[in-house]
Amino acid sequence: MEKRRPVFFNLLQIQLPVGALTSITHRITGLLLALGIPMSVYLLDQSLQGPQSYAQITSLLDHWSMRGAAILFAWALAHHALAGVRHLLSDIDIGTQLPAARRSAWIVNLGGVALALVAAGAWL
Amino acid sequence: MRRTVTGLRAWLLQRATAVYMLVFLIFFLLHFILDRPRSYAAWHGWMSAPGVSIAACVFFAALLLHAWVGVRDVFMDYVRPAALRVCALALLFLGLSATAAWVLRIFLVRSG
Repeated sequence: MEKRRPVFFNLLQIQLPVGALTSITHRITGLLLALGIPMSVYLLDQSLQGPQSYAQITSLLDHWSMRGAAILFAWALAHHALAGVRHLLSDIDIGTQLPAARRSAWIVNLGGVALALVAAGAWL
Repeated sequence: MRRTVTGLRAWLLQRATAVYMLVFLIFFLLHFILDRPRSYAAWHGWMSAPGVSIAACVFFAALLLHAWVGVRDVFMDYVRPAALRVCALALLFLGLSATAAWVLRIFLVRSG
């Protein structure tokens, strides 16, 4: 933390190429998913407690607000996982040239939304 | 004797846990697509099977470690005052540890 790093926070002037969008969204979805951990563990706990609490949880998950939240999380998970795979591939030098990196960034951004739509189609 | 801090261990941990979680999630999703549990008995039975419950336990261990490395990175980038950063990291550590204990309890008590 001793080193001075370049800092530039003028959001109006920051350029956001597609790869940067993939990157910051990877971060935001990661935080979102981390915030969802306690909720997921709670749902798991309740669902395994007994037939009664299992029924409560399934009816809770049927509520439109929970379905909406589930779709948001499906998008977050899909984007985060796809961006993660893109990272792993670039670790082994696949797709590190700029045109390929731009293409895969588009695939991740759109693929996350597409998978969320599939989830929405299955749940709504 | 201070270990040189390169971040290599965190980097490796993040990737190893990611790959495991990806495999587990695909397995979990496939089960829900092919043979979706439609009752408490089916869900509880599946989650209690030795293979599934152990794999799920490892999944949560991977998830919490992955969250530790990831959120820690975010805190190190954005929480600038050192005192605040230490507090945030301590809270994160406590929260994740408590969640780990909670998960362990679920698997020992509920699906044992």
